[in-house]
Amino acid sequence: MFQIEFDNQDTVVGIDLGTTNSLVAWMNLTKPEVIPGEDGEKMVPSVVSITPEGEAIVGNDARRELIDHPARTVYSVKRLMGRGVDDVQDELKLFPFRVAEGSESVIRLLLGEKTLTPPEVSALILRQLKKNAEAALGTPVTKAVITVPAYFNDAQRQATRDAGRIAGLEVLRLVNEPTAAALAYGLDKRREGVIAVYDLGGGTFDISILKLHDGIFEVLATNGDTHLGGDDIDNRLLKIAIEDIASEWGEDISHSGEAVQTLRASVIRAKEALSFELSAKIEFSWHGKTYHREITRELFDGLIKDIVGRTLGPCRDCMRDANVTPEQIDEVVLVGGSTRIPMVRSAVEVLFRARPHTELNPDEVVALGAAVQAGILAGTVENQLLLDVTPLSLGIEIYGGVVSKIIHRNSTIPASAGETFTTGVDGQTNVLIHVVQGERELAKDCRSLARFDLKGIAPMPAGMARIEVRFLIDANGILNVTARDARTGLEHSVDVKPSYGLTDEQVEAMIEASIDHAEEDYQAAQLAGARVDADAILAATAKAQKNDAWLALTDGDRREITDAINRLQLAYHAQDHNVIRAQIDRLNEVTHSLAEQMMNTAVSSALKGTKV
Amino acid sequence: MSLPCWNCGGCAASRFCDACKALQPPAHDFYEFLGMPRQLALDAKELEKRFYALSRQLHPDLFSRKPVREQEYALESSAVLNDAYRTLKDPIARALYVLKREGFDIAEQGTKDVPPELLEEVFDLNMAIEELSEGDESARAQLESARHRFEVMRNEIDDALQGKFAEWDVAHDRGKLDEIRGQLNRRKYITNLIARTDIAHVSD
Repeated sequence: MFQIEFDNQDTVVGIDLGTTNSLVAWMNLTKPEVIPGEDGEKMVPSVVSITPEGEAIVGNDARRELIDHPARTVYSVKRLMGRGVDDVQDELKLFPFRVAEGSESVIRLLLGEKTLTPPEVSALILRQLKKNAEAALGTPVTKAVITVPAYFNDAQRQATRDAGRIAGLEVLRLVNEPTAAALAYGLDKRREGVIAVYDLGGGTFDISILKLHDGIFEVLATNGDTHLGGDDIDNRLLKIAIEDIASEWGEDISHSGEAVQTLRASVIRAKEALSFELSAKIEFSWHGKTYHREITRELFDGLIKDIVGRTLGPCRDCMRDANVTPEQIDEVVLVGGSTRIPMVRSAVEVLFRARPHTELNPDEVVALGAAVQAGILAGTVENQLLLDVTPLSLGIEIYGGVVSKIIHRNSTIPASAGETFTTGVDGQTNVLIHVVQGERELAKDCRSLARFDLKGIAPMPAGMARIEVRFLIDANGILNVTARDARTGLEHSVDVKPSYGLTDEQVEAMIEASIDHAEEDYQAAQLAGARVDADAILAATAKAQKNDAWLALTDGDRREITDAINRLQLAYHAQDHNVIRAQIDRLNEVTHSLAEQMMNTAVSSALKGTKV
Repeated sequence: MSLPCWNCGGCAASRFCDACKALQPPAHDFYEFLGMPRQLALDAKELEKRFYALSRQLHPDLFSRKPVREQEYALESSAVLNDAYRTLKDPIARALYVLKREGFDIAEQGTKDVPPELLEEVFDLNMAIEELSEGDESARAQLESARHRFEVMRNEIDDALQGKFAEWDVAHDRGKLDEIRGQLNRRKYITNLIARTDIAHVSD
C-alpha cells in the first residue's frame, strides 16, 4: 500500500559526448542537473581501454591504462568519428594505438586483439553514461539527446547517431553544442537579443550566433573548425618537451607510448595550471632520469597565439553571415575547457566587445543544455524552441565535376530541396547521384557524403525519364533522400552508399553483437530500480510505525509487518531484482490494514477538525 | 480543398484536423502554406511573425511523442515552413519563386550573353583583371571604380524592381512578370561582374 507509483514516462537524458570528457544530465523537475558516476565524478574521461580478456574499461580507470597499456587504449576518438584514414594521418601519428589495414571509408582501430570502429568506441562511453544514469535514477534509460559540434558534417553526425544505437539508446535528437549551451544559460529570460556562443573544446571549435525571440532560439549562422582545440595545445607543448628531452638526455622518447603518455599527462597538468598561475612546471621522470621545465604564462601565450588566432577568422565570418556587427551582440557565452585560458578569454572580449558569461562551468554547460532539450522533447519544458541551421552547403555533382548547391549553409533546419533527374543515354535504367557537403566549386574539393543510385528506371529514350528527388536535412542535421517517379507518381527506390561511415547493415550487426551487454545493463537497471522502490516503501513504513494507527493493530499484524520489513532488508542486497520485488510486494500486502487504519484516523480527525 | 483527416477521417480543412487535432500533410505552395497574400511586395514584419508562430506549432520537437506518421508530417511541414520563409524573405528569391510558379523558365538563360549596354564595361573589366594578374597595381583602382559603378547599377535595378513588384501586385499582369524577369537577368549578370571585381581584394 505504501508502494509509490513512479510515473513510468521514459526519462530522456542529455549527453555531452566530448573529445576529452563526457557527461550525462537530466531534467530534475525544472532544473537540469549533471548525473555523477558511482565514483561521484561528474565527468567521465572519454577514454576506452580493452583488457587482454577483451573487456572494455571506460573513464578514469581507462585513463590510468593509458600509461601502462597505451596500445590498448583510445582517447579523443571523437576526432576520428565519420572520417577516413586519409583525413587523419597527422593525428594518427600522435595516437599510441594502431589502425587496421583496409579501413579507407571507416577507420578500424586495433586495440589488443579487438578491432573497433570509432562509433563502437563511442558506444562504450555512451554505455557507461547510460549505466551511470540508470544507477542514479533507478530506472532504465533508453532515450537520449546527444550533442555534436555545430560544424560536424553529415558523416560525423551519422557516426554519432550510430554510436547511440550501438549503445542501446534511441537518439531522439542530435543538438549542436553551442546551441545547447545557450539553452543551459536560460538566456530566454532576456526576451529579445543577439547571443554569440564561443565553444573551444578538446578537439573542436564552434562559433554560433543566435537571435532570441520570446523563447525561440534562432541560430542565424554558425562556423567553426572540427580539427581545432585543446588537444592542439597539448601536442604543441608535448613536441617542445620531447625535443628538450632529446637534447638534454640524448634520447628520443617519442617511440615509447608509455613515456609519451606519461609526459602528456604532465603537459596537460601544466597547461591547466597556467590558467590560474603565472608559471607552471612540466615534470617528467623516466627510467631514473628527470626532466623539469618551467613554462611562464608569457611563453605559453606566445606558443598558442596562432591557435587562438585560428578561431577568430571563423568568428568574423560567422558575424558576416549572420549580418551582425560586434556592437549588435548583447551576450557572449563561453563553452569548453579551453575557454579557461586567459588568452582565449581576452581574445573573445576584444573581438565581440563584450564581457563573456562564465557563470556556468564550461565543462558542464553543454550537458545541461542537452538535458533542457531532452525536456523540450519530453514535453516537460515548454515555451522554449531551438531553430538550428545546417553548417555546410549541400550540393550535387554535375557535369565537369562542378557542384550545384541545392541547400545553402546557414539554412534553418529542417530544410529541403527538390531536383528532377533524367537519363542521358537511351535505355539507361539507373542514375547515380553524388552528394557532397562544402562551399567549394568543385566536388573533389568538398566532402563526399554519399552516392545515391536510382535503380530500376524503365528503359526509354534518353531524357524521357523524370525522377524527382527530394533532399531533406532533418532537425538533427542529417540528410534524408527520397525519390519519386514523376510519370507514375510512385516512390522510387534509392540505394545509398555512404562515402564515410558504416552502412545500416554494419550498424545492425554491431547492435546484435552488443545485445549480451544490453541484457547485463538491463538487469543492472532493474536492480537499481527495485532498490529505489524498496527504499521508498521502507521509509514510508517506518514513518507509519510512528503513527497511532500502528498501536491500533493486533500483535499478529505488527509481527507480520516487522517480519516483512526484515525480509525486504535481507533481500535488498540480492543480485536478482525479482527477489527484491517479491519482498516489496509482500510488505505492501501486509501493510494494507495499517494503511487503511491510518486513512480512517486521518478522516475521523479531519472530521473532528483536529490534527493527526 | 477539404480532404478527410488521415487519422480520424473527419474534416481536415486546415493545418490540424478540426475533430482530432492531428497534423495534416502540408500545402506545398509557399504563399498558401504561410497564409500570405500572393504579393511580390511582401510585408516583412508580418512574414517574420507568421514564421515564429508556425514554428511554435510545427517544429518536430513538439511531436516526439506523437505517432510516427504525424512526426513525418511535422518534419515535412517544418521543412516547407523554413524553405518558404527563406525564399519569401529575400526579394530576389521571392520573385524567382513567383516566376517559376507562374510557369516561367528561370534557368540560367541570358546570363552568358552580355547585355549590349554593358559590352564596353565588360571589356574594360577583363582588361583590368588581366593587368592586375600581370602585376600592374594601377589596375586595382580601376577595378575599385568599376565595382562602384556596378553597385550603383544594381541599386538602380533594385529600385526599379520595387516599383514593378507593386505594379504586379495590383493586377497580376503576366506582361509585368516578363519585365521583372528581364531585370532579374540583368541583375544576375551585374552581380557576377561584382564578384569578379573581388579578385582585387583577394590578391591583397
